[in-house]
Formats: sequence, structure tokens, C-alpha cells
Amino acid sequence: MEVLDQRLIDEYQKGLPVSSRPYLDMAKRLNVTEDDILESLDRLTKSGVLSRVGPVFNHKKAGASILAAMAVPDEKMKDIAGRVNAFDGVNHNYAREHEFNLWFVVTAPDQAQLENTITAIEDACGYGVMSLPMVKSYYLDLGFKIQWNQ
Amino acid sequence: MNDNQLIANTLGRALLDERNQLRLRQAIQDGLPLTRQPYKTLAIALGIKEQQVLDTIQYWTESDLIKRLGLVVKHHSLGYRANAMVVWDVPADDVDRVGELLSQCDVVTLCYQRPRRLPHWRYNLFSMIHGKDRSMVLEQLADLIAENQLDGFQRDVLFSYRLFKQCGGHYANGECSSRNSEREQAESGQSMKHAQPSIKETQVAYG
Repeated sequence: MEVLDQRLIDEYQKGLPVSSRPYLDMAKRLNVTEDDILESLDRLTKSGVLSRVGPVFNHKKAGASILAAMAVPDEKMKDIAGRVNAFDGVNHNYAREHEFNLWFVVTAPDQAQLENTITAIEDACGYGVMSLPMVKSYYLDLGFKIQWNQ
Repeated sequence: MNDNQLIANTLGRALLDERNQLRLRQAIQDGLPLTRQPYKTLAIALGIKEQQVLDTIQYWTESDLIKRLGLVVKHHSLGYRANAMVVWDVPADDVDRVGELLSQCDVVTLCYQRPRRLPHWRYNLFSMIHGKDRSMVLEQLADLIAENQLDGFQRDVLFSYRLFKQCGGHYANGECSSRNSEREQAESGQSMKHAQPSIKETQVAYG
């Protein structure tokens, strides 16, 4: 990976300028050109290193969201995961090693729509959903420190 | 920031009405445009003023609707192929202390309190640890337990072995751009498959 790509990841997982020329502001701070920044961000996005350059919304304030788990027989995992994925409100979906083996996050504009979606997922999958709403967050999301070349 | 400060911060700003705030949220949830003036690009597309876009996004970051604004990295793409959700059973009167402790650890990327769902689920504190492989995650966890004297709490480690979907939170009815992403995550050479679940159907109330 190019040095500038790494520097951008180290420096700008948070604090992207909210200004008329944000990429120029970043360029000045890193002693490169605005085009360098734009090319780097484009490269990182196209190569799949970044999912986006943009906001991480606060789940609690941006709408309703919930962590949900299901216990699914292994042979049905792929089919059930596909059914869960078909819902727009589902934005993470992982198989994990546990009796509860399918874990996903459901989001909705409000609590009523969230509960409707969960009921609809249960109907579509034929399994009960264990809902685990957030009670309290202890973590301030500042991005993630990457250990390069280790 | 308290409510009075928030109100004060809205004075003199070109905030959008509710409908346009929703439109702006939809427009940025999949990322900012990679143009020289991305906020102006958004403003033109939405038929609003650049200053309104700037002031509204600034207000969202100050009021914590936006937790961070910047590069959103896919850990997996940088070699972080293992992630474990580490869950803890901590007495109610101690959970805040342990939650704060965990959140201070560099290797912990999320830390939430959630309700127990007895008898199926006893854990009330959830943390996430990423690593380049399974052994790195387990080493980091062992260090974390030793350094913070957490051995007394019952815990479980739920490694992920398959990713079916990962994309940003969509609260404004937008489309998920990576809805069909699906990747095997078994990289460590160990068997990642969990034993056949003994519960075929679980009925758990939610709320």
C-alpha cells in the first residue's frame, strides 16, 4: 500500500474537515496535493480497503437499532442468512461459534418499525430472534489503530 | 454537551428542515462524493445551499448523531481476518466499572451493556476484539484479562467464521451497497465450525 494511503488511514478515520475544500485542507496538513488525496481515497475505495469516506452514525441517536441472534442448524445457515440479508434494515450479519450462531444488527427509523422488521424476520426464517438492545455504550468510536506490516 | 449548549450552537446556523435533514442523511450514509467540493456537490444534488450542508453536518458531529466522520475501513481487507465478540457476565453493580475498563483497552473496538435473556443468555457486557488471526485475538484477550483482573467473571468468546453482510447503518431507508457480500472467514487453519446447535428453535421474547 502506498505511504499516503496508510497516512490517511492513520490520520483521518475521524475528523474529516467540514469545510468547503476538505480534501485540500487534508492535503495541506499532509504536505501533498488535493489531487493526491482524491486519488488515494479513490484507490482505497475501489480496492475495497474502505467501505466509504463519510459518517459513522450514532445508532442510538440516528434511529432504532438492535443486536439480534438466532440459533440455526448448520445445514440451514446459508439459506437463513440469505433470508435475513434480504431485509434492508440488516447491516451486519455474521456466523459465530456458539449455540446462537447467527448474529446480525437490525436498524430502522424508529422503534415500531424495528419491532415490525424483527417479527417479519422471524416469520421469514421460522426461528425466534433473541433481541439485545443496547443499554449503555462505554466506547467512544475513534476508529481503529492499524498495525502495519506486522 | 448539554441541551442549552446545543440550542446555542444552532443560533446563526443555516440548519435544514426535517425533510431536508433526512434527505441529506440518505445522501451521505454511503459516503461523501470524492470531488473537490463534496459538500457543494451534495448541495447541488439536493437543491439546497452548501452552507446548509456544512452547518447541518457540523451540528450532527457536535450533537453526537455522527460519532465520527472520516475513512471507514474494512478491517478484513487489511488482514484483520479474525474477530471475536467477547461477552461477560458481570453483576449489575459492577458492570459500569468493568465496561469503562474494557473501553480503555486499545484492542477493544466496541463495548456495550445489553440485557441478559435468561435462561438462554446470561451475558450483559459485550466487547469486540479484532486481530489478524485467531491466536492474536486470544493473546490480546489473555493480556486484557490479566492486566485488568477480569478472570473472576464468567465469559464466552464468539469468533465469527463467516461474514454474510457488512455495511453502514441505514436509518433513512437507503439501499445497502454491499448486501450480497459473503466471505469465508476461516483463516487460522483450525476448525471454525461450531458443534451442531442443540436448540433447533429458540423462542425468546424481545423488548
